[in-house]
Amino acid sequence: MTADAVNPTETAIRERQVRRNWLLCVPALVLLVFAASGPLLIVLVYSFLEPGDYSGVIWKFSTEGWFQVVFSRDIFDETISLADAHLSIIWRSASLSLATTALTLLFGFPTAYFIATRPESHRAAWLFLITIPFWTNLLIRTFAIMEVVRNEGILNSALKGLGVIDEPIQLLYTETAVLIGMVYVYLPLMVLPLYAAMERLDFRLVEAAYDLYATRLRVLRRVIIPLVKPGIVAGSILVFVPSLGAYVTPRVLGGGKNMMLGNLIELQFGQGRNWPLGAALSLTLLVIVTVALLFYVRNVSRGSRYG
Amino acid sequence: MAEPAAQARRGRRFSVKNLPGVTGMAMLCFVLLYAPIVTLVTYSFNAGESIALWEGFSWRWYAAAWENDTVQEAAVRSFVVALFASAISTTLATMAALGTTRTGPFPGRTAIYVLINQPLMVPEIVTAVALLIFFASIKVATGYSGLAYLIAAHSAFCVPFAYLPIRARLEGMDPTLELAAADLYASDWMAFSRVTLPLLTPGIVAGAMLAFVISLDDVVITEFVKSAGQDTLPTYMLGQLRRAISPEVNAISTALLAITVVLLTAFFLLSRKRRVDGE
Amino acid sequence: MSEAATVDTANTTTAVDIRGVSKIFGAGSDAFTALDDVSVAIRENEFFTLLGPSGCGKTTLLRLIAGFEHATRGTVLLYGEDISDQPPYERPVNTVFQSYALFPHLTVAQNVSFGLEMLGREKSEIREAVDRMLKLVRMEPMRNRRTEQISGGQQQRVALARALAPRPKVLLLDEPLSALDLKLRKEMQGELKRLQHETGITFIFVTHDQEEALTMSDRVAVMNEGRILQVGSPREIYDRPGDRFVASFIGEMNFLVSKIESVESDRVRVVFPGGAAAFAERPKDFEPAGEVTLAVRPEYVRIENAGTPDTLPATVTEKVYFGTDTHYHLRLHDGAELVSRLQNARGREDTHPVGDRVGVRWATGSAQILKG
Repeated sequence: MTADAVNPTETAIRERQVRRNWLLCVPALVLLVFAASGPLLIVLVYSFLEPGDYSGVIWKFSTEGWFQVVFSRDIFDETISLADAHLSIIWRSASLSLATTALTLLFGFPTAYFIATRPESHRAAWLFLITIPFWTNLLIRTFAIMEVVRNEGILNSALKGLGVIDEPIQLLYTETAVLIGMVYVYLPLMVLPLYAAMERLDFRLVEAAYDLYATRLRVLRRVIIPLVKPGIVAGSILVFVPSLGAYVTPRVLGGGKNMMLGNLIELQFGQGRNWPLGAALSLTLLVIVTVALLFYVRNVSRGSRYG
Repeated sequence: MAEPAAQARRGRRFSVKNLPGVTGMAMLCFVLLYAPIVTLVTYSFNAGESIALWEGFSWRWYAAAWENDTVQEAAVRSFVVALFASAISTTLATMAALGTTRTGPFPGRTAIYVLINQPLMVPEIVTAVALLIFFASIKVATGYSGLAYLIAAHSAFCVPFAYLPIRARLEGMDPTLELAAADLYASDWMAFSRVTLPLLTPGIVAGAMLAFVISLDDVVITEFVKSAGQDTLPTYMLGQLRRAISPEVNAISTALLAITVVLLTAFFLLSRKRRVDGE
Repeated sequence: MSEAATVDTANTTTAVDIRGVSKIFGAGSDAFTALDDVSVAIRENEFFTLLGPSGCGKTTLLRLIAGFEHATRGTVLLYGEDISDQPPYERPVNTVFQSYALFPHLTVAQNVSFGLEMLGREKSEIREAVDRMLKLVRMEPMRNRRTEQISGGQQQRVALARALAPRPKVLLLDEPLSALDLKLRKEMQGELKRLQHETGITFIFVTHDQEEALTMSDRVAVMNEGRILQVGSPREIYDRPGDRFVASFIGEMNFLVSKIESVESDRVRVVFPGGAAAFAERPKDFEPAGEVTLAVRPEYVRIENAGTPDTLPATVTEKVYFGTDTHYHLRLHDGAELVSRLQNARGREDTHPVGDRVGVRWATGSAQILKG
């Protein structure tokens, strides 16, 4: 072998490695394309077709599905107006999701801070207490809340017992019940990333702030919150995204009157029998979620400069 | 060491980590998290029909659920789907984790990440709708309407859950261990089976358990994908809600809850052990 | 590079022969040359050390011999056989890793037997070899322990036993002592020498610690920036450093700019910018001329009273006490600075206070002219 000839082994090994990597990933990718990502493209196709009489679609190009997301056409005179029902549902989805995010942050921040400031050996146990509800079936947790907010539920009984109210308040099947339910089911999703950020918080920085005459409130506002901001953003996204697409919680706690986007979508594939509209609504939801995720990615990559 | 009395005289000392109200708020949070679950569990043992009035302890709702053929069928179906889904997703996720870690970036790795994590990012209802449309046309084309659709759908959305702990375990593994095996005359396959796989096992078990729980709990995708008469426990319970809520549903919920808690505790202990021998 | 291998008596077999090996990581503008046309022959049964600062390529060279990396150019020969394309598991060489890389899911004894099992040896033979190895490294009582249950020093011994058990033709040691504290490190240095002596296996040892290299090795290769600068016995490396890098990396050295005045049969006379003159050994492998660097170790620099014949006039600028010795910082009249190291002794504390005018000299044979 001559000394100045470039050895072919190195590149050959690298190529073999990349090929091996891809081969190992192929089975998972095939499954995911078949049963998760690929069908999303079919949704896109369906959103541009005409609805069938009973269900399904007629293979004819139409933008009616997308049109109906925002507008409605009068059956008799074809006048176009804003689809109030849809818009109010989209508005409810957005406002309830934002309220859920804000409330989970309000409850989650002190909880995460509490866990992060425990002695290291205790933290895992506290965290475990958060993880149990997190992994508990969403339906079960929603049932649990349902029992709390019912007319005969513990909330009303407690209030009655305390003499605050005489008659039970109708909570179930209201927007408030949906909000309570969503805060309850998504709270762990806020606590976990917040905790992850706070665990990394260097308390020597807090000491330095106190040393430089900061009050507790100022330490919180000027030191702690800026440092854990990536965790706040991550938690907010983790709560906001599934809230927006929530289906079970509004169905169980909101009844038929307090639908959210997820229920509206389901309706088009059930009684509504308007698959193209359902497809268009699904994609609308997907776009909003993607925008939120992109916002998150940008924020986190900017935030990582500090952490 | 200061005398306790002296310490008490000085009262509560300044602590850097304390923020006023945090402990109270956190405790309130834990109470609020657990109170509804505890109530649900408690009333599943209620002797009476009411889910508000306590009439004494009884197993009757568990017995009723156990004897209900529909519940039994749904339970078996749930477990069959969850077993297949966790086995398939964990196998594929293990392979994918081996293919995406420890060799540095390679062309297409980001695309693989995006695909694998996609079920975590797309709202469940959107995936559910997509699968409904896709599988409906396959059902029409092939005439087959068995459990395979549910298993395929569950396996797919379980992949990222199985993938995460396995990948974490692999990334925490010292790559020189495999070099050491190769140095000690182990061929690629021997190094994998004698060193990598045994060290990876806790991650694989953790991934499989998470996948199992996720599959067992799924409502939305199952609701859209299932053919007629293919209820799992969660979709059965959701269906029951159209009528009056019954303590029977509470009993099923409690049973599912117990399974989740047992699996999670095992997962928790397993990952604690991992931290010890990761030293 | 000097042809060290041919200069030495070639009556021993070459175990590892590195021929024109280069290793380039990455490509294009990111390319990094870890090894640049390295050639060296390592003899059978010797304790050979690769010494250099971090990033000099010494670990890369070791990994090339083990088979974990593949050379971009050049060949690696083991007892005359080209092993460049062999995977690590076919090469009869074993490695002691810097992190030890003990298998955490196996016991001490299972770790030691791993290589023999992979080679498909008989059960009885394996048992015997494991016993022997554990005895050799004095780890017999710990044989059934998990590797995380034993101390760092014990892990080190197990790693050694594991790598020695298959009786490799060459043992590669990648900074194996760097994780140990000073006392344990000293102990293991002796232990390694003993093991090498008892097993008669060729050791290739990588370290950045010059003292470790000097005390343990039969021969040392000093590396920097992907090249081998000098190969020789510890004494040769210390007393006759081949260039300025070797001279300053190993031990301490005074460098003085000077001009060659005359060349005699075994010595040269140099003049410093201030006009003073001194002698140095005549270099053997090149003809010195013009401006040169004179190198002299601090312990060879003597301090005399000012005005003593054949001394360079200097001033003491600083004294630093080190326990065993004292460093005198001196300034020659032309402004050049040098250090003299004097062993401390009772009753000599007050000689040459700071500011004192003194005379400086050294034996001709202890000063050396460096190339360039």
